[in-house]
Amino acid sequence: MGRATAAPTAPREPGRVNSPTPLAFRPLDWVAALGRATIGLCRSTGAVALFALTGLSHLLRPPFHPRLFLRAFLEIAWFSLPVVGLTAVFTGMVLALQSFSGFSRFGAEGAVANVVVLSITRELGPVLAGLMVSGRIGAAFAAEIGTMRVTDQIDALTTLSTDPMKYLVTPRLLAGILAMPLLVLVADILGVMGGYLIGTLKLGFSGPAYLKATLDFLQWMDVVSGLVKAAVFGFVVALLGTWCGYTSRGGAQGVGAATTAAVVSSSILILALDYVLTEAFFAR
Amino acid sequence: MSEAQAPDTRTPKIRLRGLKKSFNGKPVLDGVDLDVMPGRSMVILGGSGTGKSVTIKCILGLIEPDEGTIEIDGRNVLTMSRRERAAVLDRTGMLFQNGALFDSLPVWENVCFKLLAQGRISREKARQRAVEALVDVGLGMGVGEMDPASLSGGMQKRVALARAIASQPDIIFFDEPTTGLDPIMGAVIDGLIVDCVKRLGATAVTITHDMASARRIGDDAAMLHKGRIVWTGPAAELGHTGNPLVDQFARGEREGPIAMELRR
Repeated sequence: MGRATAAPTAPREPGRVNSPTPLAFRPLDWVAALGRATIGLCRSTGAVALFALTGLSHLLRPPFHPRLFLRAFLEIAWFSLPVVGLTAVFTGMVLALQSFSGFSRFGAEGAVANVVVLSITRELGPVLAGLMVSGRIGAAFAAEIGTMRVTDQIDALTTLSTDPMKYLVTPRLLAGILAMPLLVLVADILGVMGGYLIGTLKLGFSGPAYLKATLDFLQWMDVVSGLVKAAVFGFVVALLGTWCGYTSRGGAQGVGAATTAAVVSSSILILALDYVLTEAFFAR
Repeated sequence: MSEAQAPDTRTPKIRLRGLKKSFNGKPVLDGVDLDVMPGRSMVILGGSGTGKSVTIKCILGLIEPDEGTIEIDGRNVLTMSRRERAAVLDRTGMLFQNGALFDSLPVWENVCFKLLAQGRISREKARQRAVEALVDVGLGMGVGEMDPASLSGGMQKRVALARAIASQPDIIFFDEPTTGLDPIMGAVIDGLIVDCVKRLGATAVTITHDMASARRIGDDAAMLHKGRIVWTGPAAELGHTGNPLVDQFARGEREGPIAMELRR
């Protein structure tokens, strides 16, 4: 009688020793998980690459949609200008303050203008503009196209004899590539202006001397490398925004997830590609 | 199958044979065979998840079937080149369940979207044509300048109908045209669909749960059950076909072979 209530035991899996804890270390499971993740990454990379190639191939085949291109171009280059401009101005100002403070320790305050212009044109202009545009435009692209996906609007395009890739993706990719350099050029100017304002109004530099130091030190390659980076970052933001939206599933939650994925993935890729491009341009 | 009708020897406008489609290993279409004759209005009935929408999405090229053939005017669209298939699909129109109007465009651009996208018409002429199409479906001229989001469900359905027929297609698909509408608005939409289809002389395929709508719209009807067509016949016979599945579905009865299967 005393042993009437024995708890049911879980069935033992064949070939596996019952472990005392659910988090037992099983090396083969870890290897399998790593393999699955690697295959998943390769599959996603291939799918995004095919998506990009298909989108770009429509640049060569009519019909074209110039109105959609213009809309996306204005969205990136014009309507992103306030947020990117403010970011650039404040970054230039902070850079001037920080470099003055740091360089004063070894008597190199005179290099403030050089550091500001070099940092802004080569790195901070394109990278910060890329990150801001990723948050603003990448998210908007993913949300708009994702909503179209879950409300059958993309299927409707197909039934109306319109290729959704040509209509939704290609104009945005082209706009990303062409608008970002323009935006970054303005951001470069505003960033240098921020440094100039702090340099002349707060740090005691003379205006003409600050400008002369900036222009004398600046090389074409500094600006061009930043603009090339901007074009690449613009492409990345547009590509991942459209890709995440185009492949979203599952209603409002799916659109939200697509938006987050677009911003996170494009931000990480911008930072990674920044290193690769810097290596390509400046490594000796 | 109904035996009351004399056999029609014409080539079907749409012919499906052995159409199969699975998602994640779960079969949705399991060998669909269906003929839709030219100029006829076919209604496909069936419970939720029986594959009605998948069937028309396969015909429209939105989903690739795993097996089977889809013939339009006697030609298998699945073996056509992309260009040929696009040309065939160019002659079709589709009204989606939720309208699927483009939020970013005003109503008039939605209505004439296909004509504008293909460069077949100037924007000025498209605007006039859209107004005419909107009047045809009982909407005022001012609606053309409105955003789709500001329209009621019934108005969105009418705009979607105007868009589906604006390019004067040969074949028109209607996906649950009366879902979410009150009975009177449903009857209005059905009437508009019948008028438009007859005026164009088009072949129509409608999927619906709404039996009143099915009887109003359809010349013929087919019942899709467990991924197969289990009955076809005149839509007027719905409710007294002699097929227990169809009769139960048409009468909306709780007891019957469909309910028995659900309980198992």
